[in-house]
Amino acid sequence: MASSFLSSGIIQPLPLRSPDKPQPLFDHLKATSTFLGSTSKIRSVSLSKPNLPNPHRRSTVVAVSDVLKEKKTKSAASSSHLLITREEGLELYEDMVLGRAFEDMCAQMYYRGKMFGFVHLYNGQEAVSTGFIKLLKKEDCVVSTYRDHVHALSKGVPARAVMSELFGKATGCCRGQGGSMHMFSKEHNVLGGFAFIGEGIPVATGAAFTSKYKREVLKEDCDEVTLAFFGDGTCNNGQFFECLNMAALWKLPIVFVVENNLWAIGMSHLRATSDPEIWKKGPAFGMPGVHVDGMDVLKVREVAKEAIQRARRGEGPTLVECETYRFRGHSLADPDELRDPAEKAHYAARDPITALKKYIFDNKLASEAELKAIEKKIDEVVEESVEFADASPPPPRSQLLENVFADPKGFGIGPDGSYRCEDPKFTEGTAHV
Amino acid sequence: MNVRDALNSALDEEMSADPKVFLMGEEVGEYQGAYKVSKGLLEKYGPERVLDTPITEAGFTGIGVGAAYYGLKPVVEFMTFNFSMQAIDHIINSAAKSNYMSAGQISVPIVFRGPNGAAAGVGAQHSQCYAAWYGSCPGLKVLSPYSSEDARGLLKAAIRDPDPVIFLENELLYGESFPVSAEALDSSFCLPIGKAKIEREGRDVTITAFSKMVGLALKAADILAKDGISAEIINLRSIRPLDTPTINASVRKTNRLVTVEEGFPQHGVGAEICMAVVEESFGYLDAPVERIAGADVPMPYAANLERMAVPQIEDIVRAAKRACYRSTAMAATA
Repeated sequence: MASSFLSSGIIQPLPLRSPDKPQPLFDHLKATSTFLGSTSKIRSVSLSKPNLPNPHRRSTVVAVSDVLKEKKTKSAASSSHLLITREEGLELYEDMVLGRAFEDMCAQMYYRGKMFGFVHLYNGQEAVSTGFIKLLKKEDCVVSTYRDHVHALSKGVPARAVMSELFGKATGCCRGQGGSMHMFSKEHNVLGGFAFIGEGIPVATGAAFTSKYKREVLKEDCDEVTLAFFGDGTCNNGQFFECLNMAALWKLPIVFVVENNLWAIGMSHLRATSDPEIWKKGPAFGMPGVHVDGMDVLKVREVAKEAIQRARRGEGPTLVECETYRFRGHSLADPDELRDPAEKAHYAARDPITALKKYIFDNKLASEAELKAIEKKIDEVVEESVEFADASPPPPRSQLLENVFADPKGFGIGPDGSYRCEDPKFTEGTAHV
Repeated sequence: MNVRDALNSALDEEMSADPKVFLMGEEVGEYQGAYKVSKGLLEKYGPERVLDTPITEAGFTGIGVGAAYYGLKPVVEFMTFNFSMQAIDHIINSAAKSNYMSAGQISVPIVFRGPNGAAAGVGAQHSQCYAAWYGSCPGLKVLSPYSSEDARGLLKAAIRDPDPVIFLENELLYGESFPVSAEALDSSFCLPIGKAKIEREGRDVTITAFSKMVGLALKAADILAKDGISAEIINLRSIRPLDTPTINASVRKTNRLVTVEEGFPQHGVGAEICMAVVEESFGYLDAPVERIAGADVPMPYAANLERMAVPQIEDIVRAAKRACYRSTAMAATA
């Protein structure tokens, strides 16, 4: 199975730049724009220095262990050797427990017929969502896939709004118009769950482009970062490569987060991908590529911190491959017959929530009673979300034609010569549209 | 003013008026646009706002859509609309549906523009009309200008609109000049989306057309006039929403309808117009509706076959005469 790179830990082929010693990839272009919309300046530079080697080729591959060692000695100089504070530990634990309990409840509700269609659960992958998203500011963006409930929760969308959306109710975060695979929240900058492989990556890259545009063209104070989440299956899709290229080319503030759960539905990653080490594709496009144990929220968080800070500093994108595993089938409709029980057991034993709990106890960050209290609180939140969703009304008929356009004049002009949307009865039926 | 300059001035004015507007696409910057529509904009607005992209339609179209989600107003140029096929997932699934899926939280103010329809001698993959394709998708607005006034007024409207707009230009019209009124030259000029224009009033037969076909219909009307047939020419301007009240009012006056389009006949713009007239003005029709469309074949390369595959002035004249029950000559064999 994937053991060839299971043990590799964090690999960082390009040195992550430290803030005190900035070394932008394209520093010879600093005088002009990093958008590279115009190459006229590049031409003159390269003409005057015809022997200047390609800066990409000059970057030396640094063994990750060295970088980590260096980091460790640095952090050892500070007061604590711990990776997290007590407060941080409790926050991470609560978020992961919420993700798990919410998805377990979704499965129950799906089998009870309360939700319908395709429902893809996140169980097992919580360390990735929590490890990354809990480091974000509210203004930062998250773009997800069809497996998007937990990303939305981590970003702060209330559980009741997500559950209600899944129930197809008017109180859902998209008033029942989105559904399981399409969670949006403008307030929380969740720019969508996307149902197609690869579709969210350009959208996320566009959000990152906007942050840069706001800073450089609109002169706004904007250091927002976008996280694009997607799976291993997507990494064989052209949009992934197209956007790695443009994000690196334009130095966009984005982190490409691969949730490599080793399986694209029933297609093993190893059977689908010529070189299964996805992180290697980062350096190929001139950005750092990092591999991290996606079952360990603290390791994910360390890598995420560096990648997010790098993006915030304006130093461009990072590709992070989180090796993780989903504890359930691809969706609730997937019989999950192809994955080896031994493989499932191997990862089940590495449950990221259990691992965090152990770290918290080993380092005496919190007591068992405190974690129990969190679990109880989350159970109540999830129970309440179901009660809320169940009691909520379905969308009214009048909602059917709402939001097709931001400007409903898009429905055109009716037989009486006025805009159809101006007719108060317009949304009561579809016959005359 | 030719159509190219009209589009260029509209882009220039809207970029000048709103710093959130930017242009992206292949060869829009240093090359000044594959068809020179973006001439001078790079010099004026810089590479941050006139972005030369790699040849990656799916990627950069999605980036444009994401930028629109998050507060900018992108204008995405396709070198031709044929290449929009590479990015149609983002146009339909990411752009057109997001306002609805997000229950109005995420609007997508974006313009996809570029030449559409049959060019000359470029074969099947580069010669196709996408009006009916995009016109069938809820959440999109689809505009197709004919004259310089259309190009200016509709492009400015498209950029200011809060929804995704497909803006179908025509390569063969870029160099064509039209008189433009002082009003249309004003920077505040804007045409309403969803409103057709009666290019020529007439009594005997209504002819609907859009883009390059409007010019052919007008020429056909000149010929018909010599035979004593007064044709009313409607320039649709907007494919979606479709101005069915204007079409129906005209048909109720002339009692006859000929639809003209370059695209394929089946499920086309003409079919939709015919249905709109049957629904609302069936009793007014004095003759079967005539549909002139591109031939139901991929565009052939050979010049003689290509000519047969797209509507010609004589096709429109013949159809209008049939609708008026005048005797017509058989189609000339090529």
